[in-house]
Amino acid sequence: MNIDTFISTPTEASKRSGPHDRIVLSSRVRLARNLQALPFPGFAKKADRIKALDTIRPAVEALPQMADGFSDSMDNLTALDKQILVERHLVSREHAAKNAGSGLVINKNESLSVMINEEDHLRMQSLLPGLQIKEAWTTIDAVDSALEKTLPFAFSPTLGYLTACPTNLGTGIRVSAMLHLPALVLSEQINQIVQAVNKLGLAVRGLYGEGTEALGNVFQVSNQMTLGEVETDIVERLNKVLAQLIEHEENARASLLEKKPKTVFNHIGRAYGILANSHSISSKESMNLLSLMRLGLDLGVFADVPRALVDELFITTQPAHLQKRYSEKLTAEERDLLRADMLRERLKEVRRPDTSKLESLSPRSEKGAN
Amino acid sequence: MMCDVCKSNEATVHLTQIVDKKTKKIDLCASCAKEKGVDDPTGYTLADLLLQLGSNPESSTPAAAEEGSDLKCPNCGFTQADFKKNGRLGCSECYLIFSDGLDNLLRTMHKGTRHVGKVPFSFRQTQDLSDKLKTVQKRLDKAITDENFEEAAILRDEVKSLRSKLKEAAVR
Repeated sequence: MNIDTFISTPTEASKRSGPHDRIVLSSRVRLARNLQALPFPGFAKKADRIKALDTIRPAVEALPQMADGFSDSMDNLTALDKQILVERHLVSREHAAKNAGSGLVINKNESLSVMINEEDHLRMQSLLPGLQIKEAWTTIDAVDSALEKTLPFAFSPTLGYLTACPTNLGTGIRVSAMLHLPALVLSEQINQIVQAVNKLGLAVRGLYGEGTEALGNVFQVSNQMTLGEVETDIVERLNKVLAQLIEHEENARASLLEKKPKTVFNHIGRAYGILANSHSISSKESMNLLSLMRLGLDLGVFADVPRALVDELFITTQPAHLQKRYSEKLTAEERDLLRADMLRERLKEVRRPDTSKLESLSPRSEKGAN
Repeated sequence: MMCDVCKSNEATVHLTQIVDKKTKKIDLCASCAKEKGVDDPTGYTLADLLLQLGSNPESSTPAAAEEGSDLKCPNCGFTQADFKKNGRLGCSECYLIFSDGLDNLLRTMHKGTRHVGKVPFSFRQTQDLSDKLKTVQKRLDKAITDENFEEAAILRDEVKSLRSKLKEAAVR
């Protein structure tokens, strides 16, 4: 099956909802596994990589969870399709660079994705909307338990599951959540928060994981340690931290509205103004402004606008998704023009932010609105 | 240069790590370095640690390091030079071959150095069977010394069946 026809449309994808999705965009649990004796993908010769792929792929495809799913070798996907999969968080950027000898299996509703021969022979993830890391763990745990019946995983009683990089050793688990934290950024509390989270042994990264920028005020929080701790404890620890982060963001929103309402309205109004009226806009600027619009939606200044619209634009303004709409290869400049056209069109019916209700609640004067 | 963590003290510890083929540099002040557990110069860098495998880090001379770097995984041919290059190991066997230096490395990276999480079902089964085999074997030995041959005969059959089950589990 073709990935184009398989993958959900941005409209469908943005309609998925989950608990606390006002702030938690998605939850993910990933497990790393390797086959015994065969060299890890990064060190294996092509023949060994193909051997691993030919062993793993049929086993994954045969899982009941993967019924009506998508499965292909990475060399059958175009560079553009791979980039789209990255923008949907279904494959890592590292995996998108892979070709023959690497594979990908995705289940029907895209909540399960298995990368074969990424950094490890198997990287399987469960990705769910909103705050659902416990559910994501149970789901992927079941997939792992089913696969171990047919695949001989490299395991040591003392070191646990053996992975290519010692940083994943033991449980091979990475639990993460994608958070939208505009108020913590606007109130300049984010660095303090990031440091506090780091102290707990958790990593805070940008939108596309390791080494990426926090575009659109989206941050990824994940565990770093994988050895010497039980999976459920790791999940529980992250869950607690996430609950606190949600609270901090909600408090920051309330406090901004109380102390600096004009600053907040100014940011939201300008974001709307640019998104709805520009004629050239980069994906980075779009994401940062859409984040402010999403904040406006959460605060209720865009009545009757569904959040799914902003979430959909968050997907469709990204480079590969935009390119996908056109047959000819676009330059970055051309994309900026077409992106602006699309945004003006989609926001045509959206009325400008109405802050009157919120303004009557807050004090009159505010010095230093910027 | 200011400390990357507290951003208030002068950085005196400069740490370079190669992670995901990318060189990462971090500058820390003495107190933050201590807090992060990187104050011990023999205990933090990934590549250097493995480079000194098989040699005592304190007495390590260039010659000793060189000697250490001769270590090669017989299963996949991976060497310590390869680890220095990309920060990843070659195959699951490498964990046995390079185990000497790994303990320190893992201590700085993780909560512990022993796995306490999920165990594959087949492993659990084998472990249970071999534990049971040991206790039955002990009872059998005792029965023989006590000249309790009736019981010994039953236990002998039990040992036999446990051994064959264990063999079966190992094949899978």
